[in-house]
Amino acid sequence: MSDSQRTDADRIRTLLALEGDEIKANTRLFNADRYDAVKAVGEDVHERNRTRAREIKEDAIERLPELIHRTRNAVEENGGTVYVADDAADANRYIAEVAEAEAAETVVKSKSMTTEEIDLNEALEEGGLEIWETDLGEFVIQVAEEAPSHIVGPSLHKSREEITELFEREFDPDESLDSAQKLTAFAREFLGDRIDNAEVGITGANFVMAESGSIALVTNEGNARKCASIPDTHVAVAGIEKIIPSVAELEPFAELISRSATGQEIPQYLSLLTPPVDTPTIDFNRADEPGSGAGDEERDFHLVLIDNGRRAMRQDDDLRETLYCIRCGACANSCANFQSVGGHAFGGETYTGGIATGWEAGIEGNDVAEEFNDLCTGCSRCVNACPVKIDIPWINTVVRDRINRGKDPGFDDLLVDGLVPDEEESGTPLRKRFFGNFETVAKLGSATAPLSNAVASTGIARKAMESVLGIDARRDLPAFERTTLRDWAGERKSRVADPDRRVALYPDVYTNYVQTERGKAAVRVLEALGCEVVVPDVGGSGRAPLSQGMIATAEAKAADAASALLPYVEEGYDVVVVEPSDLAMFRREYEKLLPAETQAQLDEGSYEVLEYVYGLLENGADADAVPAGDGDGVAYHSHCQQRTLGLETYTETVLDRVGYDVLTSDVECCGMAGSFGYKSEYYDLSMDVGETLAEQFEPEVDDRTVVASGTSCMEQLDALLLPGTRHPVELLDPAGR
Amino acid sequence: MSEGGAVTGSVTEFRQSLSDLDTPTTVVPPDELGATLADVIEAPAVGAELPFDDLSLADAPVTLDPSPSQLRAAATGVTGSRMGIASLGTVAVESRADGDEFVGLYPSRHVVVIRASDIRTDLSEAFDWLRAEFAAGRRSFVLATGPSSTGDMGALVQGVHGPEEVHIVIIRDNE
Ligand code: SF4
Repeated sequence: MSDSQRTDADRIRTLLALEGDEIKANTRLFNADRYDAVKAVGEDVHERNRTRAREIKEDAIERLPELIHRTRNAVEENGGTVYVADDAADANRYIAEVAEAEAAETVVKSKSMTTEEIDLNEALEEGGLEIWETDLGEFVIQVAEEAPSHIVGPSLHKSREEITELFEREFDPDESLDSAQKLTAFAREFLGDRIDNAEVGITGANFVMAESGSIALVTNEGNARKCASIPDTHVAVAGIEKIIPSVAELEPFAELISRSATGQEIPQYLSLLTPPVDTPTIDFNRADEPGSGAGDEERDFHLVLIDNGRRAMRQDDDLRETLYCIRCGACANSCANFQSVGGHAFGGETYTGGIATGWEAGIEGNDVAEEFNDLCTGCSRCVNACPVKIDIPWINTVVRDRINRGKDPGFDDLLVDGLVPDEEESGTPLRKRFFGNFETVAKLGSATAPLSNAVASTGIARKAMESVLGIDARRDLPAFERTTLRDWAGERKSRVADPDRRVALYPDVYTNYVQTERGKAAVRVLEALGCEVVVPDVGGSGRAPLSQGMIATAEAKAADAASALLPYVEEGYDVVVVEPSDLAMFRREYEKLLPAETQAQLDEGSYEVLEYVYGLLENGADADAVPAGDGDGVAYHSHCQQRTLGLETYTETVLDRVGYDVLTSDVECCGMAGSFGYKSEYYDLSMDVGETLAEQFEPEVDDRTVVASGTSCMEQLDALLLPGTRHPVELLDPAGR
Repeated sequence: MSEGGAVTGSVTEFRQSLSDLDTPTTVVPPDELGATLADVIEAPAVGAELPFDDLSLADAPVTLDPSPSQLRAAATGVTGSRMGIASLGTVAVESRADGDEFVGLYPSRHVVVIRASDIRTDLSEAFDWLRAEFAAGRRSFVLATGPSSTGDMGALVQGVHGPEEVHIVIIRDNE
C-alpha cells in the first residue's frame, strides 16, 4: 500500500468508527422515506415532475444571461439591489460592505450552502462581526467548529449525546441538556435573542424567480423566515444557477424538493418572498410601542448572485448538468458508500455526496474533487433518485478522466506496458490502467491457467500486487478458466433444430474468462426455451476502463463491441447479456460514447438474460423445459445498475413462476462494486457496506439459495457469506436438474 | 366563490391532512368566530387583522398591532389565510403590513382563520392561485404546513424558531 493509500484507509476507518452509525441511520431513514413518498404520490406523477423540472433547468441555464438581467430589473424595481459576484472574495467584500453600511454588529444566518462555499462567516468574522447560524444543524456545526457532513443535514453525523456534551461544554447551561427537547429549547432561546438583535439577516435562496424578483426558501424550522423578516436588512446569497423564469416554473420543484430530500410531501415552510416585504420592521429598542415598536426603518434587500466558476461550468458540456442541481441530497442518501462514511469522506470543501464531484471540480478545481472522486463506483443508484435527472455517475467519470491525465509521468517506460494496450494519454495512473485493462489480464490469465491462478495467489505475488497496484491482499482474486465460454460454445453443435428465436449471447469478460459456468447455464437455458444460441467473437464493453475514468479507451471498446454485435442484430439475432453492468453500458453509457443511432440500435436489440427469459415465457415458451423450484427458497440480490434500469423484477417474476419462493434484498448496494473493492484503501469501507446485505441474508442462508445477478455482487457475497453465490440463470439450467 | 371558478377542495380532506400533522381544526359559522377564538386562544394573544371584508379580530381577545414585548410575551398569535391546500393541510400566510409574519412566528401557538371556500384541492391548484396573486401584485407568501420542527437534535422536536402548535379555524360558508 502506498503512503497516500494508507492515509486514505486510516481516514476512512476512523470515520467509519466515529460517524458511521449516525450517518447510516439518518441517510437510510431519509432514503427509505423518499421511496415511500414517491410511491405515495405515484411514480408516474413523480416522473412527470422530474421531466418538467429538468426541462425548466435546461432552459434556464441556457438562457442564464437573460434571466440574470431580468432578475436585476425586477429586484431593482421592487426597491432592492442585485450584485453579481465573480468569486468568493468579491461576494464577501460586497456583503461586508453592506453590513458596514448598516453599522452591523451581529449577523444571523439561515442555512446556505452557497455562503459555506464562499466561507462567508470567516470573512465577516475577520471584519469583527458576530455571526450566528440559526438552523439548528448548522448551529451545532458552528459550535463544534466542523464542516457540514451532508447537504441537507449538516450535523447528521452527530448523536444527541454528542450534541449534549458539546453544548454543555461550550455554554455551561444551568440545567443539563439531556434531551432533544431541552437542546432545542436552549438553541431556540439562545438564537432567538441573537435574531432579535441582529442588524443583518442572511439567507440563501433555493430558487430565484426572475420575472418578479422573488426568492423561494425551503425550511422546516422557520429560521429562514425570521432571518429574512426580523433584521431590517436582508441579504440573500445564491448561485446564479438558482434562477428560474417565474413563479409558474416553481411548481414542479415545490413538488420535488422535500420529497427527494427527506421524504416530506412539502416542507413545513415554503416561503415565496418578494423583498423588501411589506412586513413592518421591528424595533426592540422601543419594546413597548405598538406596531412592532413602530419601526420606521426602511427595509433593505440585497440579492447577491454568485458566479464562482459557474459560468465556466455552463460552457462545459460535461459539467453543465451540475448546475441543474437543487441540493436535495438524494444522491448522497441513495449512495451505499455515502451511507457508510458520510460527507466528511465523500465530499470536498463544501459539497458532499454524488454530485459533490461536479460542484467541487467546477468551483474549487479537480484537485479538490480528486480527494473523494474515487468513492463513486458508478453504480448509478443516484440516477433515479435525482429529481432533475442529472447523470451524476457520468460527471464523476468525466472528472476522473480529467484527474487521470498527467498523474503518473514516466509510466510508459515500465515493462508492464504490454498489459495496458489502451487509448489513454501517458500519465494515467498505472493502477487505474491495470483495472481498466482487466480484459487483457483476463485473456492472459486464462491462456496460462491454472498456472496463472496458482502464481497470483502466492504470498509474493499478492505482496507485489498490493504494493504496485494497491490490490488488497485480503481479497480473493478471480480464478481464470482455461477454457473460455466462447471456446466451449464454439465446439458445441446447436441443439435446436427449428429455433423460435436466434440469440447472440454476449460473452462479457467475466463470463467468458472467469464465471464461465453462468455463461454455459445461460446457453443451455436459452436452448431449452427454443433459441438458437451463438457466442460471438466480441471484446469487453468498455465498462472496466470507464470505471477508471479512461473514457478514450472505453470509447474505443464501445465502438468495437458495437461493430461486432450490430451485424447480428441486423440479421435478426437478439443480443442477450449476462452481466448487468455491461447491459447498462449498452443502455446508458453508450449514449455518451457512441453515435446516437448506433447506441439506439444496440439498446433496442439487447436484453438482460432473465429479462429475455421472461419475454420468452410470456410469448409461449414452455416453463416446464427448465427445472421447477418446488417452493424452494431463494435470497436474491439484484445488481445496482440492473435496479436503476428497472430490471430486477424480471428475475423475481421468472423465479417465482417456476416455483421458487423469492426474497429480494432491499439494501442500496452490496459493497463497493467491481475493482473498487480490491483497492487497499477501500477494503474496510467495502466490507462495511457489504455488511448490510450480509445482515439481511445471514438468517436466510440455511433455508435459501443465495443468488446474485452481478459479478461484483457475487464476489462480495462470497466474501461475506457461506456458502457461495450463484447466478439466477444457473437455477434454471436443465443440466442442473 | 374562488377566482376562476376553481374547484373547491374539501373541508373533510383538509381536516384529515391537518389531523395527520397533529394539527387540530375547528369548523364554525362566521358568527361564531369570536367565541371560537376565545376557546382556542391561550392568553395573552396577539393578532394581525384578518384579510377578509366580513370578518374581523376587533372583538376577539387579541392585541392587534402588538409591541415587541407583547409579541414576545404572547402565547398565541392569530392570523388569517386566504388559501389552504386540502391534500397537504397547508395554509398560505401573507407577508403584509399588518405583521402576519411576526404574529405567526413568535408565539408558541399559531391560530389560523381560513374560509372553507378558500381551500384548494392540491398543490397544483394552489399554484394557480399563487400565479393569479403574483399577477395581481401580491407576491410574498409563506406556505405553512403544521408546526415548525427539527430533527437536528437527535429526535423530532416541534417548535423551533416558529410555533410549537398550530390550530386552524375553518369558517363555514354562508348558505
Ligand atoms: S444532484 Fe440531484 S439528487 Fe444530488 S443533490 Fe443535486 S438535485 Fe439532489
